[in-house]
Amino acid sequence: MSENSSQFMQGMRDGFPVVIAAAPFGMLFGTLAIENGLTISEAVFMSTIVFAGASQMVGIELFGQDIAPWLILLSIFAVNFRHVLYSATLGRYFEHMPKSHQALAFFFMTDPQFASAEQRGESGIKVTFAWYMGMALPLYFAWIVEAWIGAVFGSLITNTEALGITFLLSIYFLALLMSFRGRSLFVPVVATSALTSSIAYLTLGSPWHVSVGAVFGILVAACWPARYRKEPKS
Amino acid sequence: MMGDFLGLSDNVWIIIFAAIITYFTRVSGHLILSRFDTIHPRVEAGLNAVPAAVVTAIVVPAVLTGGWAEIITVIIAVIASLRLSMMKVFFMGWVLIIALRSIGL
Repeated sequence: MSENSSQFMQGMRDGFPVVIAAAPFGMLFGTLAIENGLTISEAVFMSTIVFAGASQMVGIELFGQDIAPWLILLSIFAVNFRHVLYSATLGRYFEHMPKSHQALAFFFMTDPQFASAEQRGESGIKVTFAWYMGMALPLYFAWIVEAWIGAVFGSLITNTEALGITFLLSIYFLALLMSFRGRSLFVPVVATSALTSSIAYLTLGSPWHVSVGAVFGILVAACWPARYRKEPKS
Repeated sequence: MMGDFLGLSDNVWIIIFAAIITYFTRVSGHLILSRFDTIHPRVEAGLNAVPAAVVTAIVVPAVLTGGWAEIITVIIAVIASLRLSMMKVFFMGWVLIIALRSIGL
């Protein structure tokens, strides 16, 4: 097998848990989109060109109400703001790729994609375009199909609770989080982020807790006195 | 909100702009950062904290709103991940949450 295809296969294997774990959310989006007045093709279109779960949910929630379009777009921007941070962070591992590959890779940069690529880059493995797309493409096509399934068969998929699938994404992210434990300032960052995002979750609600928790965790790392910072291992 | 522009409905236009905004957030961080030759150590430290900070914030509600089944699964998954690979922790966590929920926790 050529180097590229073995990288691609590795990406597919790494992304497999996410394909399973994200499935209920992809279908839930399709179902809610219809309930909020989108047509089936509009729902599928949105999953195809936006490809960002949390902001799609926020978007369709607002579609259902009589809200000015610019306000919907502003909310989507706010929810997606964490991508700016992802992009700045992950871009450092993209330097070796041609610009066109970078541009494409950024389109597919979801939460799990970012975190897995970060993990790979951090452990000293080259984040190749083939590996990246091996993880991204199955997720992407599944996400589109799921929107269609959810939109067409909405009422059939109400009970995913028993199979534990809605909790799977949390387990996935938890396992991923633990793999970052060797980083400098891991404990203060996680503690700050956990505390502030909990407060935000209980007061502002989802999905704002993500941005709030992220910002405070990052600020703690940035403001931490330099002499107490561990040298980054690389 | 049922106007048409260039034959496309308002909804479709909002979706198109949503896609543009989303893509913009996904490239802009890199575009801004790559304009600088050197990165300040504090910015560097902040960027290195992004994965842990964001992933923590994503996981929090599951723990916060979870019952015993979720809390036990989280604790065991954290301990297991000190030793096991990510994939093993994932599937173990899956089996555990189904088992714990089926006994009514």
